[in-house]
Amino acid sequence: MTVDTIADSEVEGDADTGIGSRVLLSGNEAVARGAVEAGVLVATGYPGTPSTEILESIADRDDIDVRWATNEKVALDVALGASLGGVRALATMKHVGLNVASDTFMTTAYTGVGAGLVIVTADDPGMHSSQNEQDNRGFARMAGVPLLEPADSSEAREYTTIAFAISEEFDTPVLVRTTTRVSHNRGLVRLGPRIEHPTTGFTRDPRKYVMIPSHARLRRPEMLKRLERLTGYVEASPLTVESGRSSDIGVVTSGIAHNYVREALPDAKILKLGMSYPVPIKAIRAFAESVDRLLVVEELDPYLENDILAAGIAVEGKAFFSQAGELGPDAVRRGFATALALPDGPTIEPAPPTVARPPLMCPGCPHTPPFLALRRLGAVVTGDIGCYTLAALAPLSAMDTCVAMGSSIGMAAGMAASGGAQGPVVATIGDSTFLHGGIPGLVDAVYNQADITVLILDNGTVAMTGGQEHPGTGITLQESETTPVDLLALCRALGVDDVRVVDPYDLGATYGALEAAIASPGPSVVITNRPCVEAPTKVRDRPYEVIADACTACQACMTAGCPSIVWSDETFEGRRKVSIDPITCTGCTLCAQLCPPLAILPTPSSEIEVRTGV
Amino acid sequence: MSDDSSGLLLAGVGGQGVILAGMIVADALVRAGHDVKQSEVHGMAQRGGSVFSHIRWGSSVDSPLVPLGSAEVLAAFEWAEALRWVEYVREGGAVVADLRTIVPPGSCTDRRSWSIRYPDIDPDLLGRRTLKTRIVDASSTAAELGNIRAANSVILGSVAAFLDIEHVHWEAAIERLVPAGTEAVNLTSFRAGCEVVEASIPPRPADPDGFPGPHEIDIRHEWCKGCDICSRVCPEYCLEVGIDGELALVDAEACTGCRLCELLCPDFAIAVSPPTENVSRGELVASAGDPP
Repeated sequence: MTVDTIADSEVEGDADTGIGSRVLLSGNEAVARGAVEAGVLVATGYPGTPSTEILESIADRDDIDVRWATNEKVALDVALGASLGGVRALATMKHVGLNVASDTFMTTAYTGVGAGLVIVTADDPGMHSSQNEQDNRGFARMAGVPLLEPADSSEAREYTTIAFAISEEFDTPVLVRTTTRVSHNRGLVRLGPRIEHPTTGFTRDPRKYVMIPSHARLRRPEMLKRLERLTGYVEASPLTVESGRSSDIGVVTSGIAHNYVREALPDAKILKLGMSYPVPIKAIRAFAESVDRLLVVEELDPYLENDILAAGIAVEGKAFFSQAGELGPDAVRRGFATALALPDGPTIEPAPPTVARPPLMCPGCPHTPPFLALRRLGAVVTGDIGCYTLAALAPLSAMDTCVAMGSSIGMAAGMAASGGAQGPVVATIGDSTFLHGGIPGLVDAVYNQADITVLILDNGTVAMTGGQEHPGTGITLQESETTPVDLLALCRALGVDDVRVVDPYDLGATYGALEAAIASPGPSVVITNRPCVEAPTKVRDRPYEVIADACTACQACMTAGCPSIVWSDETFEGRRKVSIDPITCTGCTLCAQLCPPLAILPTPSSEIEVRTGV
Repeated sequence: MSDDSSGLLLAGVGGQGVILAGMIVADALVRAGHDVKQSEVHGMAQRGGSVFSHIRWGSSVDSPLVPLGSAEVLAAFEWAEALRWVEYVREGGAVVADLRTIVPPGSCTDRRSWSIRYPDIDPDLLGRRTLKTRIVDASSTAAELGNIRAANSVILGSVAAFLDIEHVHWEAAIERLVPAGTEAVNLTSFRAGCEVVEASIPPRPADPDGFPGPHEIDIRHEWCKGCDICSRVCPEYCLEVGIDGELALVDAEACTGCRLCELLCPDFAIAVSPPTENVSRGELVASAGDPP
């Protein structure tokens, strides 16, 4: 879905360009729209939920260089270089992506920028699709970089344009922080025109851009002076908004939490901080003096609360609003009910019991067979970030660790060095994750001759985030052809002597390759070579079916955990036989390979249409 | 929030098209002149997990999320999801639920009672709240009209009966957002959904009798050469060949009596026999406990 196609639903405004019309945009699309209107010329990032769609939604624009980077640090490096080259630049990432980019990020606050530089961090309170729920407002404070927090799609567009203006006015990168409920919320946005900002060119200034200690020592006081000026700006900024009438209670809040507060207490006085670093303490003090009791409602850390307390202003917050998990209308209302001793609302009958439905490896996922083999091999498996992390769950139960992008290989080397593993040590990592952060780990494994096997699950895409291109696919975000990274040649070039490529749909071959790789001393690599069955292209072959008369209900196929296979109502010796859902079966053949009585066969072509409706 | 703000919830399983259906509802509401906010979760939840879309509308909407007990309508594309999300529906609100059941593999793991952990399709399970409940068979209706994948439009047709949006807005939204080439079948399915009749609920077959306990596995160690075939095929990971080459029964409790080890042993070194204890089926189901 691109901004241009959404403009079809305009209710007013210019018919050709959509300018002036109000359209439904997700927070991500709105950030991208804001960047477009601000005249951004280079936009880059690494896919990561909930940030991915920002770049995707403007990939079809031929007036902007929109590109996936190898990882978030490279993205920020590219954006910074573009900014110094004199064009407005955008870098997007999920919250943990800023950890990767933080090395550059911390020092950009010293160098300042050329043209406007905006970094978007999409945080994930509640960990809908993340390994932690770190609060990236802390990064703004640590780096000394101003922070904007839009609360909905309309603000996401507006704040992004403001962020570029602030960046240039104060010569600083600007961090825009969204959260899942902003990124993946759709709301009405009024479209504005694109204001072009042609390149202003690169101005040589080594004392500003070459951060050797003698220069950095000069830049650090500059950064602190800039923060003072930014504090003056935010105290009087239109981004610091007071609303409401009743002075019994005043609430300081920011981001999506503001909208929950406004809904829970429609009359209360609210001070909404659109810019939450630097914190406008003077404005908060004045606000506190205008109300009888001051509360702060913020998701995750007591970031504002601690600053307000440190300024000697009485405030309460985390006593009523949890520091863990995301807020929502119900959590905020409960918090206020306790804080203000409000009468109980109507009791809501709780939901009846139902089945647990955790996310699963997809039917036909080429990652499933290698994990079946690893479990049989008794391997200690250090995993990585990607769909395959789901192999940790039953019935595969074949992953022992998962921490951060690229961590699997170094952790495997450490596990092997410890001598404490009860079996062979195998690192599993996806193709994009390997390119993102796995390569240095493999170099280290070669350098220190770690006795590990690295399984690169190459499905030719960034599957977890919906099937993006990456440096190994040979196609860019803007769909031009490029030179793909050859993983096999790369591993050999790094010095791994034992590199094998295997078809993961051949379970026996996969088992054999892993067994042989594990047996070979020193680091070895096994690369699987089947594409993701869901994205970017759906891969479907003839579905398989269970010949019920031949099924002995042994449950061998059920060990794969394929969502297409469930129990049927027929039994054999008291056990349930199985059946295959013909609509979701991709025909990967794994279950047929597992079936001892050969009871799983391809559906006859004459019956496919009857069974699948296709 | 303005006091006139209303909420709707769409729920289903990853891959069912919940997000697209939510975009259609939101688009129809915008066309009808409302302020609209919609919230959903992408990413890992889509991998066969529970997927939902919250939609709020009114003259001015603050929170994109629907508070508990406040939704006008819950549209569930799958029965277990109707139960999961029903607490968001207000007293007197509506539940449109598809007969479709998607049983997750995790519901087929109790290999003692062989009972499938999945709730019965029974409107009474929705609880004591006052609801307008409509159970539909959207897949069959859509299949009859030519494309089973238009089932979501049948459900949206049923939802339309409970919302004050002119049909022209619904149809414009469907035409704009469904995949190119499927506009006609989706519009026909939507119209069929508007008039859809209550589906009859199929009876649930009884669970099998099962066995009272684990089967007994006898290993004749003097015949076993540690070839590892049995341990590799055992679906329950009961057997293991140690570093010493000795076959060991590491999880006797897990044996379900499939006899793969016995049948595939080239040396006839394993015999599996049914359990001898006498435990009634009722005790079995009770001891299986609640789903995790």
